[in-house]
Amino acid sequence: MSQQGYVAAPPYSQAQPGMGGYQGGFGTGLAQPLHGHYGGPPQAFTAPTTGKGLLLFISVVRMRQGLEQLQQVCTHQIVLLHFTSYRNCLASGPMQSPPLPASSVAQQPFQTPPPSAMGQPQMPPVLQSPHMSPHMSPQMSPPQSPPANMQMAGQPMSGPPMSGPPIAGPPMTGMGRPFPGPPAPGARGFQQPGPGVVGPPGYPQQAGMPGAFPGAPGGLAGPPQKKLDPDSIPSITQVIEDDQGKQGGTVYKTNVRGQVPPLVTTDFTVQDQGNASPRFIRCTTYSLPCTADLAKQCQVPLASIIKPFASLQKNETPLYVVNHGETGPIRCNRCKAYMCPYMQFIDGGRRYQCGFCNCVNEVPVFYFQHLDHMGQRVDFYERPELSLGSYEFVATLDYCKNNKPPNPPAYIFMIDVSYNNIKSGLVKLICDELKTLLENLPSEEGMESSAIKVGFVTYNKVLHFYNVKSALAQPQMMVVSDTAEMFVPLLDGFLNNVTCQLSHDPVPLLSSLLDQIPDMFADTNESETVFVPVIQAGVEAFKAAECSGKLFIFHSSMPTAEAPGKLKNRDDKKLVNTEKEKTLFQPQKGVYEQLSKDCVAQGCCVDLFLFPSQYMDIATMADVPSHTGGSVYKYNNFQVETDGEHFLRDLRKDVRKSIGFDAIMRVRTSTGFRATEFFGAIHMNNTTDVEMAAVDCDKAITVEFKHDDALSEETGALMQCALLYTTINGQRRLRIHNLSLNCSLQLSELFKSCETDSLINFFSKSACRAILNQPLKNVREILVNQTAHMLACYRKNCASPSAASQLILPDAMKVFPVYVNSLMKTAPLVGSTELSTDDRAHQRLAIMGMGVEDTQLLLYPRLTPLHNMDVSSEALPAPVRCSEERLTDSGMFLLENGHSMFLWLGQASPPDLIQSIFNLPSLAHLQGNMCALPELDNPLSIKVRSIINGLIEKRPNSMKLQIVRQKDKPEMLFRQFLVEDKGLHGGASYMDFLCYVHREIRQLLT
Amino acid sequence: MATYQEFIQQNEDRDGVRFSWNLWPSSRLEATRLVVPVSCLFTPLKERPDLPPVQYEPVLCSRANCKAVLNPLCQVDFRAKIWACNFCFQRNPFPPSYAGISEVNQPAELMPQFSTIEYIVQRGPTPPLIFLYVVDTCLEEEDLQALKESLQMSLSLLPPNALVGLITFGRMVQVHELSCEGIAKSYVFRGTKDLSSKQIQVGGDKGRPPQPENAGVFVFITRFLQPVHRVDMNLTDLLGELQRDPWPVPQGKRPLRSTGVALSVAVGLLEGTFPNTGARVMLFIGGPPTQGPGMVVGDELKTPIRSWHDIQKDNARHLKKATKYYEAMANRSAVNGHCIDIYACALDQTGLLEMKCLSNLTGGHIVMGDSFNTSLFKQTFQRVFSKDYNGDFRMAFGGVLEVKEMGIGGTSQWKVCGINPSTTLALYFEVVNQHNAPVPQGGRGVIQFVTQYQHSNTQRRIRVTTIARNWADAQSQIQHIESSFDQEASAVLMARLGVFRAESEEGPDVLRWLDRQLIRLCQKFGQFNKDDPTSFKLSESLSLYPQFMFHLRRSPFLQVFNNSPDESSYYRHHFVRQDLTQSLIMIQPILYSYSFHGPPEPVLLDSSSILPDRILLMDTFFQLVIYHGETIAQWRKAGYQEMAEYENFKQLLLAPLDDAQEILQTRFPMPRYIDTEHGGSQARFLLSKVNPSQTHNNLYAWGQVLRGAPILTDDVSLQVFMDHLKKLAVSSSA
Repeated sequence: MSQQGYVAAPPYSQAQPGMGGYQGGFGTGLAQPLHGHYGGPPQAFTAPTTGKGLLLFISVVRMRQGLEQLQQVCTHQIVLLHFTSYRNCLASGPMQSPPLPASSVAQQPFQTPPPSAMGQPQMPPVLQSPHMSPHMSPQMSPPQSPPANMQMAGQPMSGPPMSGPPIAGPPMTGMGRPFPGPPAPGARGFQQPGPGVVGPPGYPQQAGMPGAFPGAPGGLAGPPQKKLDPDSIPSITQVIEDDQGKQGGTVYKTNVRGQVPPLVTTDFTVQDQGNASPRFIRCTTYSLPCTADLAKQCQVPLASIIKPFASLQKNETPLYVVNHGETGPIRCNRCKAYMCPYMQFIDGGRRYQCGFCNCVNEVPVFYFQHLDHMGQRVDFYERPELSLGSYEFVATLDYCKNNKPPNPPAYIFMIDVSYNNIKSGLVKLICDELKTLLENLPSEEGMESSAIKVGFVTYNKVLHFYNVKSALAQPQMMVVSDTAEMFVPLLDGFLNNVTCQLSHDPVPLLSSLLDQIPDMFADTNESETVFVPVIQAGVEAFKAAECSGKLFIFHSSMPTAEAPGKLKNRDDKKLVNTEKEKTLFQPQKGVYEQLSKDCVAQGCCVDLFLFPSQYMDIATMADVPSHTGGSVYKYNNFQVETDGEHFLRDLRKDVRKSIGFDAIMRVRTSTGFRATEFFGAIHMNNTTDVEMAAVDCDKAITVEFKHDDALSEETGALMQCALLYTTINGQRRLRIHNLSLNCSLQLSELFKSCETDSLINFFSKSACRAILNQPLKNVREILVNQTAHMLACYRKNCASPSAASQLILPDAMKVFPVYVNSLMKTAPLVGSTELSTDDRAHQRLAIMGMGVEDTQLLLYPRLTPLHNMDVSSEALPAPVRCSEERLTDSGMFLLENGHSMFLWLGQASPPDLIQSIFNLPSLAHLQGNMCALPELDNPLSIKVRSIINGLIEKRPNSMKLQIVRQKDKPEMLFRQFLVEDKGLHGGASYMDFLCYVHREIRQLLT
Repeated sequence: MATYQEFIQQNEDRDGVRFSWNLWPSSRLEATRLVVPVSCLFTPLKERPDLPPVQYEPVLCSRANCKAVLNPLCQVDFRAKIWACNFCFQRNPFPPSYAGISEVNQPAELMPQFSTIEYIVQRGPTPPLIFLYVVDTCLEEEDLQALKESLQMSLSLLPPNALVGLITFGRMVQVHELSCEGIAKSYVFRGTKDLSSKQIQVGGDKGRPPQPENAGVFVFITRFLQPVHRVDMNLTDLLGELQRDPWPVPQGKRPLRSTGVALSVAVGLLEGTFPNTGARVMLFIGGPPTQGPGMVVGDELKTPIRSWHDIQKDNARHLKKATKYYEAMANRSAVNGHCIDIYACALDQTGLLEMKCLSNLTGGHIVMGDSFNTSLFKQTFQRVFSKDYNGDFRMAFGGVLEVKEMGIGGTSQWKVCGINPSTTLALYFEVVNQHNAPVPQGGRGVIQFVTQYQHSNTQRRIRVTTIARNWADAQSQIQHIESSFDQEASAVLMARLGVFRAESEEGPDVLRWLDRQLIRLCQKFGQFNKDDPTSFKLSESLSLYPQFMFHLRRSPFLQVFNNSPDESSYYRHHFVRQDLTQSLIMIQPILYSYSFHGPPEPVLLDSSSILPDRILLMDTFFQLVIYHGETIAQWRKAGYQEMAEYENFKQLLLAPLDDAQEILQTRFPMPRYIDTEHGGSQARFLLSKVNPSQTHNNLYAWGQVLRGAPILTDDVSLQVFMDHLKKLAVSSSA
């Protein structure tokens, strides 16, 4: 595409001389370029240095039912337009109920229609008309009515002056539209609930009094504002659909340097032609700025998201395994980079120059090959390491611990058999499942049976190990009560090869054990558990068996028994939105820290299945999984009937995942830049080696790069990710992924090559890490700042000159704001007392290990209408935007974000729909706790179920299907995933956010 | 009057007591001048099939610090119904139940033939016997299998109500729960961490108190100790399933064996559940402890286990610490009345030196063998559970021996946790009267032994033995005293003193002390002219004594040469607890000779007895050696015994085998059975014991016809020894 600019249609009817509503902390005045206290409690905007100009306040509030009372107050939209002095406009209407700072209550200015948290701005579709560019992205619906008053009049220009002339890029096209400013001050939007807010959000509490603003009485009334068309702002679903339309079903060849791959959501096939598949590596931008200055200027993070074990599509070739025998892989003598397509063979093939460090190396004799007339080795196409982006080497003993070949890894199932788990029936469920599950352990391609050994431990206050050596007539249980200094009581007989076990006759020992475990503890009354010793036991077992492996821990409660790692309840909602909120996310130090190190050193990955009924300090308990490449699954108030299948699906997926153990990853880059930061479920002992006890097909490591020196446009930038790991068969291998990127002195190139999904992955991870050390407020502020900076930089340097009121977004990043906004509304970042601390911590940790697909889906759930689809078609119905607007009272929608799944049923769902899906006469007959659809033999039911099952199968996590009826209480859960709307727990609507960002950009540009 | 010989024999038969002197010197000075102290060997539970226990409580002297038991030697006033305590002279009334007493109606304890009497006392519930097996699993497969079978077999020998427990150990220590159904369950402890008794309770049994059941009868049940009849099948299966220690042993390493912690767990478990109840911890080991507290040697094979040489050089790293650890454990166990047996079967040492106190201080057995898969172990182990004429075990528990003496000292008490009928204690007395205030002439010294114990049928019993000896003035009655000398008992008693010293002193010092005592004794009682060795003569009652001493000097009890520290410990352990006859065999092995020349005859333990046409049978207590002389051996090799016409030869070959079998039947522990012949390597067992009257040194000098076999040794022969003794005894300068 020639145009790289995308100019959003500004949602407001008028150019506004300033911003209102968002600047909770703008108190320091415009001299301060940063947005202080973004998202903080509503505050008066106190010190505008320039009081001139007018602000347009748009207050679009749709009155909704109070959440608790489900009482619909008002359904129509009220559009208010206020003109007031700049000073006045800054007051934020409190959106929360009582406990607000007195001052801010006193400052309640002018919200005539009280804002509701659920309210969302509904812009009239009659805003100003942008000049539509012929290159406009097709999803932009043309604005309906161009208002006359589009010019920004007398806007204070106190921001820093533009630095330097705009960089000339390709001609800026797109539609420039005056961006009229934000909606009504703080009525909805960016304030997060203040501390201590307990009342239901969104209660109308005060009739806003225009002009009641202290210090600035007498607000000005503006002309009535019209509603902005939500369809006119960039739509993710549209972007996805377009990309799918353009590149879906195509073969993507990786032979071009700096080529931007299709979106993660697009269905395409990759053909490796010298660069790693985007399934393995994705970058935030495929064209790096040549200099550090440029990088700094544009603020676009330079990062790669590496998913070393990503699953490939069926029609894609699995990685070749290269075996160089005893010499091992060929590596550059200086930088140790592995042989790859970037090595330049010279001197008739006798030597090669490393593409990373330029060192010239001798070609080993056995590896010598003549060059053809193009200077390419004759065996170029025969050697994967010369022609492919991704391949594997067989590692030699030098790459093994103690120079000994590794043993096949082991899986240990560690089941908490305390009262809760026995009572809930969980233990029995697990044991029954394991019998079949164990027959399906993953095995290397072509192997008949799995080499993985399995062991069993049950525990409460003490640990029980089981000896299922096949020589025995009965399993034996060994109890270890010395939890202070954990050890494993046996080796031989503890870890066994399952396939031998299951076929052991006459009574398979393992089945017998799994049958007996639930009975043995049937009358237990032990409710205390230990936790750290359990993991220690696993580490010790692996140590003794000299192998790596994975622990599957099924745990129900906070470990309170007297043992190392004993935890206390430190949940304190009072800390939310304070400086100390970060402590809620920080793990307890001491024994847990050491434990992570021990686990990583031994290659012991920990997967945690949690079944809490109350707070259990997941921040601490999940610390070990989050450093060992493990996963944490959580089932609140677990009940076998409703959550059993969901859990078992997770367990099956988890057990069967393709995975590598005892991994160490190193990212090498060509000169000029290097990897500086690593995010993921990893452990770092030094600044370069990424250690992972295990890494599976769903774990991604996000790597940030910084400049060391200038990069050359000619040579571009190369990166090589080398992952040393142990296969499930116990073979030591090196997995190599190579990627080459462009470099440019033109920022426009960079913006053109940006990848929004990768960017948001990076931002998600860096924000999730930042909240460990900073107040959430700062983190959110930084997010908005950086977003604004990036966009402002584009505007300044790449876009053709246009009115300042125009919001101009780079095409590749046009949906970026909606992701950022959604990110800030995620549980960890939203800072709401209504969310459980554990849920927040859990999600924070989950995000750290996510790949690009996962963050994309998490931050923009799929909302799919199911009521009007073509039942006979194979295709999935097209998703719609995540907004309440898109729901219809008579519709049925499926929403999923990779973690939760809802089937939403409109109030007015036709009975025949209900009948064919649920076999019930009407919606009213629907039981609340249904978690699976009945299997009915009609096309709609079959189709719906196949869609649901398909999604569950496709996602890394299984999801529990929750069925919600419109206006039922559980609908709240559903609504929080409508990320374009105002957040249920705080956070702005997409529209409001976009306005806010626009204001920020303008601030920066002035 | 009967001879002293008869008197001594009669006393031994009746009371199981043998004194070194049967007349006692009347003052301390006199006593020390006798060289051999006034002392006795006492077999508390000597089997007395003719002694039915009485079913009532003994009558005690009412004096608080005396509490002597009424005995035949007490003066009784039948009319006043009063008896005088012969220890403190307190006059005591008889209890009401003795109202019918008269000269013609005396209770058993007043009759002279009941100088030893046994009472059965009923005091509260009788706890069952407890057997706790502590089994090393770091064994060779074959050994473990044999041990498992032995253990399974032993279950059938236990009384059904006895409680059994099982602890196994290797790198870890496992306490097996016996009651559970289905999955066998055990509690595991780290082999390197010593746990306090309390921790074991908490960890293992959660301090579950014994459950009262059935109207006041306490049935103690824990999960780890269960009545045999209840868990018989279960335990048999469990033992059958017992695996070798599953931890791999790298090359060049010993298996990690947590013997110390295993014992600590065992002792702690019993301490917590059954204090002061008869219990037997039976430890089976196949190697030395190699880790944790009580380790004897590290797991590096290149560091060998300590030898005597190391010990003398103070080079045994773990010796002191381990010994201290086991001593502390032995003391704990003794306080609780539990005894510890050690069954050590391995080719190398197993650390008996360090662990011996476990058995020594608690009255347990030590059995040492090469493998659990030998009849030596199997039969010995079986014999532990042998039954007496009543079908009761020949073992008793929780014994407390109290000795009351008259005119000599106060009372003393010893605790002997495990006693069997042959357990023999040596008691050394001190005459406290000063020389100027001797015990009056004509008086009798009285000693009462009170042994309280738990019989194997769980009854509490008290055995009281009261004996009396005359006092004699050493100056005027030296002849009488001399003739009252019991040289056999004295030899054993002196030997025990010597062994006791050898435990803490250097070998040569002990020998010097022993020589010194012998010379002094000879000087005191020998008849000689000064400086004339040829004139030296000893009376009949002392005549054999020097010879005993000669063999004692050469015995493994005092000589450590050629013995490992473990072997020495083992030999000494048995030496200090066997009865007189066995002890004498140990000092001076018995040699029988079989030939066509006549019936088997005992022959001198001398190299001259080794003849080509003889078969010799030597019994050293620990070994039974059958030695075929050169000619016999050749005949045997030629197979003459198979031929009908040489039936007599076959008979000759069988004769010593039958005799050996007889000894093997009764001996505990089973001796090592050695069948060898002239020139056989095993012949060394015989050659090292016999008096080397003919050696390579004197063989040809004499120029006489060779009889017997020369021994290649530099040891002095008995003749030389006697010559020196005579010389020194008569020497005026000595």
